[in-house]
Amino acid sequence: MSCGEKHGGLEVVGKRETKVDGMSLATGMSKFVADWDVKEPLHVKVLRSPHAHARIKKIDTSKAMDIPGVAIILTHENVPRIPHTTAGQGYPEPSPYDSYLLDCKVRYVGDRVAIVAAEDLETAKKAADAVEVEYDLLPAVLDMGEALEEGAPVIHDEEDAKVIIPVPYEPKRNLAASVDMEIGDLDKGFEEADVIVEDAYYAHYGQHCPIEPHIALAMPEGDGRITIVSSTQVPFHARRITAQVLDVPVKRIRVIKPRIGGGFGTKQEVLLEPVVAMVTEKTGRPALLEFTRKEEFVSARTRHPIKTILRTGCKKDGTITAIDMFCLSNTGAYGSHGLTVVCNCGSKVLPLYRCDNVRFKADVVYTNLPVPGAYRGYGATQAAFAMECNVTRMANEIGMDPLEMRKMNHIKVGETSPIFKALGEGGEGVPQSIESCGLDECIDRGRELIGWDKREELKKQVKGPIKRGFGEACLMQGSSIPKVDMGAASMKMNDDGSFNLLLGATDIGTGSDTIMGQIAAEQLHCYLEDMIVYSSDTDLTPFDVGAYASSTTYLTGMAVKKAAKEVRGQIMKVASDMLDIPVSELKLGKKEVVSCSGDKRVTFRDVALRSLYQHDQFQIMGHASHITEKSPPPFSAHFVMVDIDTETGEIKCRKYVAGTDCGRAINPTLAEGQTEGALLNGLSYALVEEYIFDEKGKMLNPNFKNYKIYRTSDLPEVNSFLVETHEPTGPYGAKSVAELCINGALPAISNAIYDAVGVRLTKGPFTAEKILKAIEKNKN
Amino acid sequence: MNISVNINGKNMVLDTHGGEMLTDLLRRSGFKGVKKGCQKGDCGACAVLIDGKLINSCIVPAPSIDGKTILTIEGMGTPKKPSIIQKCFVDAGAIQCGFCTPGMILATKALLDKNPNPTEDDIKTALDGNLCRCTGYIKIIDAVKQAAEKIREEDA
Repeated sequence: MSCGEKHGGLEVVGKRETKVDGMSLATGMSKFVADWDVKEPLHVKVLRSPHAHARIKKIDTSKAMDIPGVAIILTHENVPRIPHTTAGQGYPEPSPYDSYLLDCKVRYVGDRVAIVAAEDLETAKKAADAVEVEYDLLPAVLDMGEALEEGAPVIHDEEDAKVIIPVPYEPKRNLAASVDMEIGDLDKGFEEADVIVEDAYYAHYGQHCPIEPHIALAMPEGDGRITIVSSTQVPFHARRITAQVLDVPVKRIRVIKPRIGGGFGTKQEVLLEPVVAMVTEKTGRPALLEFTRKEEFVSARTRHPIKTILRTGCKKDGTITAIDMFCLSNTGAYGSHGLTVVCNCGSKVLPLYRCDNVRFKADVVYTNLPVPGAYRGYGATQAAFAMECNVTRMANEIGMDPLEMRKMNHIKVGETSPIFKALGEGGEGVPQSIESCGLDECIDRGRELIGWDKREELKKQVKGPIKRGFGEACLMQGSSIPKVDMGAASMKMNDDGSFNLLLGATDIGTGSDTIMGQIAAEQLHCYLEDMIVYSSDTDLTPFDVGAYASSTTYLTGMAVKKAAKEVRGQIMKVASDMLDIPVSELKLGKKEVVSCSGDKRVTFRDVALRSLYQHDQFQIMGHASHITEKSPPPFSAHFVMVDIDTETGEIKCRKYVAGTDCGRAINPTLAEGQTEGALLNGLSYALVEEYIFDEKGKMLNPNFKNYKIYRTSDLPEVNSFLVETHEPTGPYGAKSVAELCINGALPAISNAIYDAVGVRLTKGPFTAEKILKAIEKNKN
Repeated sequence: MNISVNINGKNMVLDTHGGEMLTDLLRRSGFKGVKKGCQKGDCGACAVLIDGKLINSCIVPAPSIDGKTILTIEGMGTPKKPSIIQKCFVDAGAIQCGFCTPGMILATKALLDKNPNPTEDDIKTALDGNLCRCTGYIKIIDAVKQAAEKIREEDA
């Protein structure tokens, strides 16, 4: 920063700017994949397995091919067999290479059997139905508890399934991954404990339910390349993995991400792009594949169902002395995100509380059930359920206020946790100490807003069979994957002093284009409207890992800040030439460069015009990349008030209060939006969302009529507030905010049910039936 | 077959057939703000106003709208001249991914046309058929309240 420039009061960062794409979306003008203009694409339909586990003995496409309008039918017999993972992760991926575009074996109801492309969708469907498949049925694993049993059917018995990094992988035992980590002396920790609580908690199947289903369109280009327009969170991983599956160089694939209708993790998966690209590669025609809502439930991705067995001990004064956590995770038919999700069960939950003696073990098993993947919360949702219930139970046993127990034990500024180093994503982690933590204020303000200290009084407001209860949970997450994730940005200046900001970072509705624009505008002392933000296109924008791991604001935000700083330096130099004043005696004004004395100035427009047209011409532009050594946790405290009808078991969440520390909120409206969306998604998952399977592993409710998600009439009173802190390693003090708040409802509601009616529910969702059953059982 | 409809204030003759649903006809005719979320009438992304009534167009046979008046999001306003409801959705932060937004905005219009001063419960009832997974509905409800107030002010 040069002379006299005060940069204390931020002008764009921290402002409730409206989204850069807001008006375009509000008027229906934004282009989603389905809105792409393409002439006469082939319509693709995937024939899916009706069986949970079977070998394809014979597949005959001749009758289907005879149907007029059918262009091509792909089966395992006419596509290359290339083991890969569909998980859109950095390379080398920690997920096993256990997936094939098409295989001679099907591993769950909904697995791919054949790919049909025809002139219209009706014909494609008809042809898919006409494909004759003879199956050899195999016994299936439909209960994750049975996957590791001796003699269990082996789901990945093929010889070529493998891992490409050295991590535990024993497919012959249905073991997709495992983790074993210990610090301190567990036995000693439990010996020191006055109270020990142990239970098993089960977080269930759930789906992301983006309102836009998965969709991808592939188009042939004149130069032999293939352009894919896709509803993806990970355009660059989609490019790499599609090239891998087609066995072509990456340079032949271009992936464009237009507006995306929500992702929440399910679009961190490369599922459709190789399918449409293969059809285009083989036919030379554009190809479009759009999931039905049923496919979205059954054949996209889900949350990993995880059983967490948690044993914790504490002293009478509240000191936590030992934590022993075991997670059994069901990764379904394929191991996508299996290892990394379960690692996060430990790494995003255990560091929250100081404890010297901790063990974390996990097994990730294959089953013949739908395939989980990344889902907002990413393991923390599942394990925080267990941890936050146990903390409350320990507090109750020692007669301590559970909020005080959390305040006493949670990690504070300046402290570290050995877990950070011991546990990363698939291996060791990265040590870090906490530099920002607003959790105490989140707890204190939330306590006030929910009426924590008037609980007994508030409970008396309900009468008859209705009982009222209060529950709470504290949470942490991370901000990107340290030393793994990379985000980059490039910027150039235009004639009028505006800027193009090009990002690989993937705005999927999160508002990251707006956030990145605000960061750049702040650095350049201009308005958000001077930023033309574009994401993402693998041909045009620099690399970014994509929208996952709560990374974009924290990680790519720093790349943007650096790129803008470079641009700023070039602007200053041109202005210095123009004014004949050294850079050290210049400062930025609003869209202008001003002399320190204040009497001389040039506008950005004049700087741009000179640099482009008039003197020593060059393009003012900058680019930067960012990786991080740290993953500073955002923190959150959640509180719920529920009413339960003890005669029917019916539960109503009346009030939900959440306080969140995401560092500095670059845009408070968007940050609040992330917390609200996440906490309501968590509440919906905790109370109503459930996969129902028949005895053969088929999902029976793959539609919104029977798989309920929260709608407006379900809403409690919600108060979600931000507690701002300053994270020194993030852009303008920001940390992440996207995932964390989805983790609160399971434990907070479980704690509230206990508070209301004295029964402990450990298996989601908390339906009236389950609550009533528990109440009845408790009576006897 | 040809049908005559008024879409967004314009009389049009469109060619359709027995098996076609209104969502597909509208999208094919350039009204791409009509979104497809479930194609079963469960999510509201495809909602339009037919003679002023909010209806999920994905379960309406296209020929059945002969002679009717349709309003889609494209008829609500443009970025240069947005309607109050659209402006309030943008200002309140009610839009995240924006895929449910056209349906939400039309649901809001259907409500406010009938009930310019809705209670929070009225709003929740009116939007109950429109699913959103991004916002938790909180800022959408704020937007509807703000729009109601602004429209009342304008009409006063």
